Amino acid sequence: MTAMLTVSGVKTFYGSIEALKGVDLIVEEGEIVTLIGANGAGKSTLLMTVCGSPQARYGRITFEGRDITRVPTFEIVRRGIAQSPEGRRIFGRMTVLENLQMGAVTARAATFDRDLERVFTLFPRLKERLSQRAGTMSGGEQQMLAIGRALMSQPRLLLLDEPSLGLAPLVVKQIFEVIREINREQGMTVFLVEQNAYHALKLAHRAYVLVTGRITMSGTGAELLANPEVRTAYLEGGH
Amino acid sequence: MAYFLQQLINGLTLGAIYGLIALGYTMVYGIIGMINFAHGEIYMVGAFVSLISFLVLGAAGITWVPLMLAIVLVISMVFTSIYGWTIERLAYRPLRGSVRLAPLISAIGVSIFLQNYVQLVQGARIKPLPPVIRGGFTLMGDGDNFVVQLSYLQIIIMLLTVGLMVAFTMVITRTDLGRAQRACEQDKTMAALLGVNVDRTISMTFVMGAALAAVAGVMVTMYYGVVDFYIGFLAGVKAFTAAVLGGIGSLPGAMLGGILIGLIESFWSAYFTIEYKDVAAFAILVMVLIFRPTGLLGRPEIEKV
Ligand SMILES: Nc1ncnc2c1ncn2[C@@H]1O[C@H](COP(=O)(O)OP(=O)(O)O)[C@@H](O)[C@H]1O
Ligand SMILES: [Mg+2]
Repeated sequence: MTAMLTVSGVKTFYGSIEALKGVDLIVEEGEIVTLIGANGAGKSTLLMTVCGSPQARYGRITFEGRDITRVPTFEIVRRGIAQSPEGRRIFGRMTVLENLQMGAVTARAATFDRDLERVFTLFPRLKERLSQRAGTMSGGEQQMLAIGRALMSQPRLLLLDEPSLGLAPLVVKQIFEVIREINREQGMTVFLVEQNAYHALKLAHRAYVLVTGRITMSGTGAELLANPEVRTAYLEGGH
Repeated sequence: MAYFLQQLINGLTLGAIYGLIALGYTMVYGIIGMINFAHGEIYMVGAFVSLISFLVLGAAGITWVPLMLAIVLVISMVFTSIYGWTIERLAYRPLRGSVRLAPLISAIGVSIFLQNYVQLVQGARIKPLPPVIRGGFTLMGDGDNFVVQLSYLQIIIMLLTVGLMVAFTMVITRTDLGRAQRACEQDKTMAALLGVNVDRTISMTFVMGAALAAVAGVMVTMYYGVVDFYIGFLAGVKAFTAAVLGGIGSLPGAMLGGILIGLIESFWSAYFTIEYKDVAAFAILVMVLIFRPTGLLGRPEIEKV
């Protein structure tokens, strides 16, 4: 197996605040890797740093063997990395279709219809809502749209930042089911950030734990799920 | 009645011109949240370029009006586009991400620079242009010999404006560029994550606004037959007022606001005093800002995300 994404010694700053204090991790092709950690640990910062917004001040990020540490954000998706960011960030004043078209900015026009159909297969709900203003949809639908939009760029690596945030348990289950499906059926590599550690660890092949800007633990999903430290810190209080 | 109708025609003509300029203010505000105070000067540059082009074409013997008009429009739009692009590049982009006031001050600086630059190279005196398009329809006369005139030029101005506004609306609502512009307006980071070159999209917005201002400049040059280096200020304030009245950031609002300001100015001069016609625009600006800062078609700030 070849490492698809490598993050080595990455430090990211907001002004003088050091949000990532030297992060090392890898994501292999075909894996679902999850990164769990408390609120404010730096999970979102790591995903955004992979996409160059903000850029890492120190360290190195490679994707498919090429250095992307200093590649501008709008070029990252052309390299094959798409992100469904924290808070979904759908374009609320645009229609669902327009949001999906935005996802296809870098994709070839010839495959647009096929890509759209593929998203509809995963999220049939979106098809019914094509001309609805995205901002008027429910949180779950908006999350589906955010993932669908990311898929429209035909990425090889999908970054998902807390797709379960604020959603009802049933919807969460549905979303995680789709993530598994994208990975299994399409062979998509997924790097998933979650506070909902239980579901994430059950889904993921491997996992990392991030604590205040540093990776403190790693292992298979099952290992971390069984780890007493992880259990007390991230799984207590039910799921 | 006839007198009223005449003011209506004049007001709509004027309003069309203000609307075109207002679109530039509102687009730039929409995408980077900044009032481009140099926009009135872009329009002034457009007017000067058109004046010079008309004179040069006339001297070269090209007098067939449609051809002349087409050439002048293209030249003016190209020139102002370059100005618009350059101003954004040099005066605003380096300040992006700094305090909100910085680009505003920079804009005022650019505005003063352009005024002085044009004054220096073109002189401070008013420049006349012989009428390019003469004639028109006499619509009606009434008892006391007042006739309503609708000139060919007014018809051309209105048709050109409507055509441009339709084309422009299509670009914004139907094309990839327009969609990218709306995306940048809502969330630049997200747009970049999806592969939109945000800097280039902002540049294109300045170019489009500048090209529309150039058309307004061409029309005003023909309509009034005079140009001077100071016309950008008043037209700028009025078009800005139009944009605020319609709801800054709203494209239909800018068009509506432009027409309203044109009508108000026209009727004000006709029924009150012509001396205070410019004050009317300022008064409206102040009142809108106090009583309805979101304008007529503007959206309230809070929105469901
Ligand atoms: N735009 C920002 N400006 C300044 N500090 C930030 C910004 N975004 C995040 N931070 C800080 O960086 C740290 C990591 O945040 P974040 O990556 O959002 O964590 P997580 O996603 O794990 O909750 C936090 O201390 C947060 O306050
Ligand atoms: Mg986060």
